[in-house]
Amino acid sequence: MSAEIAEFEKDALGWFAENTPGAQDFMLPLTFMEVGTNQQFEFLRDWQRKVYEAGYLGAAWPKEYGGGGLTQAHQDVATKAMKAHNAPIMFNTIGLGWAGPLILDMGTEAHKQKYIKGILNAEDVWCQGFSEPENGSDLGNAQLRAVRDGDEYVLNGSKIWTTHGHYAKYMILLARTDFDAPNKYAGLSFFLSPMRVAGIETHKIRKLTGEHGFTQTFFTDARIPADGLMGAEGAGWQVAMQTLMYERNAKGGQAGGYSITEVNPLEILELARKAERGGKPVLEDPVIRERLVDFMIEAQAMRQNAGRAKLPPLNQDCPQALPLMSKLVMTEYMREINQFALSLQGTKAGYYVDEPNAVDDGYWHRGYLNAFSATIGGGTSQIQRNIIGEHALGLPKTR
Amino acid sequence: MSGVTKIGFTEEQIDMLSAAERFCREKSPMEKVRKLMESERGFDADVWKEIGPLGWLGIAIPEEYGGVGLSLTEVVPVVEQMARRMMHSPFVATTLAAQAVIMGGDDFQKKKLLPEIAQGAAATVALSERNADWNLENIDTTARFDKTGYVLSGVKTFVADIYAAKWVIVSAKMEGGHIGLFIVPTDALYGEAIRREIIIDETKRSYELFLDKVFVDEEALLDDSLSSQILEHIHLAANLLSAAELTGAAQSCIDYTVEYLGTRKQFGKLIGAFQALKHPTVDAFVDYQKSRSLLYTAAYNFAQQGEGEVAVRMAKVKAEETLSFAADRSIQFHGGFGFTYDCDAQLYRRRAIFLASQYGDARYHKQKLADLLLKA
Ligand SMILES: Cc1cc2nc3c(=O)[nH]c(=O)nc-3n(C[C@H](O)[C@H](O)[C@H](O)COP(=O)(O)OP(=O)(O)OC[C@H]3O[C@@H](n4cnc5c(N)ncnc54)[C@H](O)[C@@H]3O)c2cc1C
Repeated sequence: MSAEIAEFEKDALGWFAENTPGAQDFMLPLTFMEVGTNQQFEFLRDWQRKVYEAGYLGAAWPKEYGGGGLTQAHQDVATKAMKAHNAPIMFNTIGLGWAGPLILDMGTEAHKQKYIKGILNAEDVWCQGFSEPENGSDLGNAQLRAVRDGDEYVLNGSKIWTTHGHYAKYMILLARTDFDAPNKYAGLSFFLSPMRVAGIETHKIRKLTGEHGFTQTFFTDARIPADGLMGAEGAGWQVAMQTLMYERNAKGGQAGGYSITEVNPLEILELARKAERGGKPVLEDPVIRERLVDFMIEAQAMRQNAGRAKLPPLNQDCPQALPLMSKLVMTEYMREINQFALSLQGTKAGYYVDEPNAVDDGYWHRGYLNAFSATIGGGTSQIQRNIIGEHALGLPKTR
Repeated sequence: MSGVTKIGFTEEQIDMLSAAERFCREKSPMEKVRKLMESERGFDADVWKEIGPLGWLGIAIPEEYGGVGLSLTEVVPVVEQMARRMMHSPFVATTLAAQAVIMGGDDFQKKKLLPEIAQGAAATVALSERNADWNLENIDTTARFDKTGYVLSGVKTFVADIYAAKWVIVSAKMEGGHIGLFIVPTDALYGEAIRREIIIDETKRSYELFLDKVFVDEEALLDDSLSSQILEHIHLAANLLSAAELTGAAQSCIDYTVEYLGTRKQFGKLIGAFQALKHPTVDAFVDYQKSRSLLYTAAYNFAQQGEGEVAVRMAKVKAEETLSFAADRSIQFHGGFGFTYDCDAQLYRRRAIFLASQYGDARYHKQKLADLLLKA
């Protein structure tokens, strides 16, 4: 590590030590998909702006568009410092992690001028309009209709499971511009679409935890400017695939920070220390001990996978394997470790959030139920297995 | 937890990786592996003669004793690639024996064995006994002092490749109750002293060794104030190399399965299109990737006190679980052919069972890890 980066890291650690907010009297979202109340939203928006203004978000993005103009190494140590201090998430993930890098990579100069800064300072919240009620995993079959009319496109149809739908100013949108294309993929186009125009309405959906979360978004003769088209008309599928690469962390260029709070097995160890069975600490139960070690091995494997991904000589046989599998591995681990945490709580596993007797105020219950957001959202674990099988191992396609 | 352990590599390690990849691929096609399984000694003596001059046996031997002066970090890719091609030789046994001498030998003992080993002489270790205990200190073999040397008596099991070896490192209880490790020249052993064991991994060779008052001179004893440390070191080194073998074998087992899933058709479809086969195969592959990350982490941190031990045990656990699962599913996914001797899936499954049985299986290492990591 160069002296400059080391200095930057030291400053970042100092800054987060000083500025990371403590516990609030409401639950902070553990993932960006969990933002459900205005209170949570305002809090995270302020926090992101503060981190950005301190120079620890978008550090590697170009200065002319609002970034820090430094290197990825700078951003990496800043992100590490956030983690070290357990800082709240950077919630504007769809902008910071997916739309932003896409715009920087293939957007026009005007796009970059218009969107990048607002993504970083959280002025402009972004959402993603890919899934539809009838077309989820089969994203290529999306049917929302976009018809060109002069300088505009006219949109009709609906998108669903739209994270941040009711807060968003912009949407990355996959729509069908050609219903007669030779195959389903060729008829798709990709847009940077405004959300606050006549004809676009969002309806909140209540999620399994009981809180409000994502939305269904309805488009009725909604007119959006044609200059929001990304790539050529009919090339939407390729653009969507590139977006998903960012989303699944299979491609770099994100602004930095994290959007999901990871569970460290040591936190579970704390739970096991507190819990008793038959008058003895559960930490003495050999079955529990074995499971805890399994999670530690898993956490270590994820950490070292990330390390190995940066060492090409140790990846020669299948360089795309580690990037393609990271989403599956991470999200399934989160689901399982949260689930295991419930099993350590005895009768108290039956409590839920807001119950005064609940262990850690129901943190693990909420964590477990919310963990499905990531094993389903962004392409389900089953779809991830198809992708790894077909793209890394070359197995025959499932049709 | 091992917060500071980090994966990395050395340039020499990468050189070894590519050299070994090429060599093992060329020298050990599957037809050859099958043929050697039928042979008495289980390895190709000509290939073994080539390994000496390549310098691989001397990788972890200090330069002053004729070696390359590197460490097990650089041995790992060699063992991984050998196992990937199911190439058997006395390489692992010899490496372990050399480690014992490097750690516990005096200058005289090191000069006697290490330069020759670095040139290509084989050696092995005799540490396990019929009690089947993975604790290498739980032994019944005795060493009685007798004027100018020691008399060794007892039965040793799972002695790898002893017929190829010039020396065998034997553990025995000294009269004081502590353990001594002895360099026993194999020419001091009679033919009846050695019995080939029937083991589940037919690509390997393992023997029972009957020590019936075998006399060795005083100079055969390694520093017996270090015996426990040496045994611990051999235990970890053996598990590191097992992890390398399991990981290498897992890679080819998965390749073998994928190949079949991409050629066999049923119901008018390639069977790999069925997710009931595709998804478990992907799970095996994902596990393999994790195993490899943990293996190279263990290799890179092997010398680190404490961290090294955690890393090795984690690598062995994951690698064993990976190959066991990958090979178990491989048998199933080959259908009727999977049930045959000709299908290679059985070779991988047997390899996993055998390596689990040596120096501690996954559950054993998890217990050790629990004691290391889960302080009450
Ligand atoms: C919390 C959350 C947030 C989300 N945020 C957004 C967002 O912001 N924007 C957006 O566009 N979408 C979002 N989504 C939607 C998400 O991408 C879809 O839910 C997901 O792709 C699955 O589509 P589906 O819900 O239609 O399920 P389906 O596709 O109907 O799947 C149902 C089940 O069938 C399985 N399945 C389907 N096809 C196959 C196959 N070929 N092989 C094997 N199994 C298969 C799936 O794994 C699943 O278990 C979000 C989802 C969640 C849960």
